[in-house]
Amino acid sequence: MKLSAGSSIRELPVPAEVKVPVGQHIGAPAVPVVKVGDAVKVGQLIAEAGGFVSANIHSPVSGKVKKIEDFVDANGYRKPCITITVEGDEWDESIDRTTAIRREITLEPAEIINRVKQMGIVGMGGATFPAHVKLSVPPGKKCEALIINGVECEPYLTSDHRLMLEHGDEILIGVKILMKALGVSKAYIGIENNKKDAIENLTRLASGFEGITVQPLKMRYPQGGEKQLIDACIGRQVPSGKLPIDVGAVVQNVGTVFAIYEAVQKNKPLIERIVCVTGKPLREPSNLLVRIGTPVKNLIEAAGGMPDDCGKVIGGGPMMGRPYSNLDVPVVKGTSGVTLMNKADSKRPEPSACIRCAKCVSVCPMGLEPFLMSKLAMLGRYDDLRDANVMDCIECGCCSFTCPSNRPLLDFVRLGKGKVGAQLRAEAAAKKAAAEAAKKAADEKPEAK
Amino acid sequence: MDKLTIAPSPHVHTSDSVRRNMYGVAIALIPALATSLWFFGLQALAVLLTSVISCVVVEFLVQKFILKVPTTISDGSAVVTGLILAFNLPSTLPLWIVVVGAIFSIGVCKMTFGGLGQNIVNPAIGGRVFLLMSFPAQMTSWPAVDGTTTATPLGLLKEGLKSGKSVSEIVDIPSSSDLLLGSVSGSLGEVSALALILGFVILLAAKIISWHIPVAVIGSMFAFQGILYLCDSEAFIDPLFTVLSGGALLGAIFMATDYVTSPMTHNGMIIYGCGIGLLTVIIRNFGAYPEGMSFAILIMNIVTPLINRYCKPKRFGEIAK
Repeated sequence: MKLSAGSSIRELPVPAEVKVPVGQHIGAPAVPVVKVGDAVKVGQLIAEAGGFVSANIHSPVSGKVKKIEDFVDANGYRKPCITITVEGDEWDESIDRTTAIRREITLEPAEIINRVKQMGIVGMGGATFPAHVKLSVPPGKKCEALIINGVECEPYLTSDHRLMLEHGDEILIGVKILMKALGVSKAYIGIENNKKDAIENLTRLASGFEGITVQPLKMRYPQGGEKQLIDACIGRQVPSGKLPIDVGAVVQNVGTVFAIYEAVQKNKPLIERIVCVTGKPLREPSNLLVRIGTPVKNLIEAAGGMPDDCGKVIGGGPMMGRPYSNLDVPVVKGTSGVTLMNKADSKRPEPSACIRCAKCVSVCPMGLEPFLMSKLAMLGRYDDLRDANVMDCIECGCCSFTCPSNRPLLDFVRLGKGKVGAQLRAEAAAKKAAAEAAKKAADEKPEAK
Repeated sequence: MDKLTIAPSPHVHTSDSVRRNMYGVAIALIPALATSLWFFGLQALAVLLTSVISCVVVEFLVQKFILKVPTTISDGSAVVTGLILAFNLPSTLPLWIVVVGAIFSIGVCKMTFGGLGQNIVNPAIGGRVFLLMSFPAQMTSWPAVDGTTTATPLGLLKEGLKSGKSVSEIVDIPSSSDLLLGSVSGSLGEVSALALILGFVILLAAKIISWHIPVAVIGSMFAFQGILYLCDSEAFIDPLFTVLSGGALLGAIFMATDYVTSPMTHNGMIIYGCGIGLLTVIIRNFGAYPEGMSFAILIMNIVTPLINRYCKPKRFGEIAK
């Protein structure tokens, strides 16, 4: 299944033009700080974080800002996007472009977190949650273990695998940086058993680093799910509705750790990433180092060109990725892979009646009942759906994958999650408004006296 | 380039299908089928073919002319119902009675509720119980393996106990090794315990069923009968005889595990299996019928929605209360 595991990371040439969306992360979109016509260098800040849960965006190329306007992104929404025409490849002077490995960690914890924030680092496994937010442990909570996600459990994808093989030292230094920032003495790097070479490489290198354990894990999708990984590494289950920090864990992906190493030791912002371009119909499945903003079609071109027998192009892997409707969309910080499907595999098999075989129940990693949730969502029984813990669903796709009747279970569960999520938000808002009104009334009373 | 397909994830699907599961069950029935043909000959084949063909035809006719929906006979579920119904019938049964059983199984037990996935009771068991009540004489006249007509091992036991004998005085019941290999009288599918166990291994290896229901049924039967046996070994037969005789294994492996009518969670499956075991032991020892498996499964089928309501899977991150 891992077609590109043996292919070394190649650098993709800088494209003629990049499109950089200002909302590449979870949270508020960034606010552009450049104007049309401005000259920019590689690594220059072009959009500033729009809040705490947001991330800075830097120019991945040097050239001129051509336009700042809406562009239909990978999800089909119109989002503001900064288009830059490439001229040369001039980097900001403050960035250390040498390949020399810098081992000494000179920054203090608060400085590290600030640097991560400045450099616009987000979760690179695909969730794109701003990294500095996870590192800022809220008061009253304590981080006891740092867990690094090197599982890469999506079928086909190999970008993290290659990174662990080719940049093991940098990853381990990155882990040390995070340990210092979080003030923890223990870190675990979870890697699935199918990547023996990566486990070997990191185990060998880790012997020179105190407190870092490489943890081989059973190959079982979705082993790389955040909650599953914490359970597998330190045997603690994050309860429903809680965050990893509630059980004393902070999780970062190996790609993110590498980016943090570059940000802290090399002063390099997140302007490029490794993207795995793969799929059965593709001639040369590859792992490419790509500038953010490069059109997806350039990546496919570099991997042997668009095959005739291609029916679907997925941003991400086949279990959780989203298909592209248009191949001009740019690579963003969260693009871990581009997977091509042949025409036969692109069509879903025809669904038939549920035979209540209970296979969806046995495969659900969250212990939910997909058959029941999809039925409740179909019937619009959202209150019952809420009681069935629908919000715990991590959308891993195991239920739909395994259903012998080919039922689109996850489609309906997602629909239900959307509805129940809206209900919950409305309730929370109403509660907040009521509390504020009560407080206001209480404040006004003494004045009336 | 052609247009690209857009659909939500996941974008890959297992090769598993309803058809694979249904024909898998049919394949797992082959060892038992072979032994019954060996012992009962062509008569068994005639019953079997009549049952399978009638079930498929009834499903086709109901879907085509009464419900006017696309027919789904190719999914193999009617074939499996036909096979299992035949396995529950004596090979000497007149073929027209087999057809009546098939009509009741598919027409009443399955299609009236909306077809595959919607039925409340296992169609094959519904059909068998219907025939047992409608045609008690024909349904309890079994051929012995030597060609003469005789009672089943469980029937012999019941008759003996009724006539006031103690277990050790009833000498003509077969030994456990006979039960295991199949040289006993009975319905088509219940003659050889070994062949049924082989079928169980096939079902487990192909991941068509999990172990929970069969193990719970047989384990609880053994346990409950064992308690009775320990209390009074002259009035109650030993537990090994109980689990090897009659439809115990056929029921536990092939009928209680019917997807549609069994619970959805593993703990629910255990409760369901133990319920079947307990009811079977009660009916066999204290009821009027020598065999109680079908009734036990039928009753637990009806309890299944209730079990599903109260037996939830263990949620991830659930805090023990």
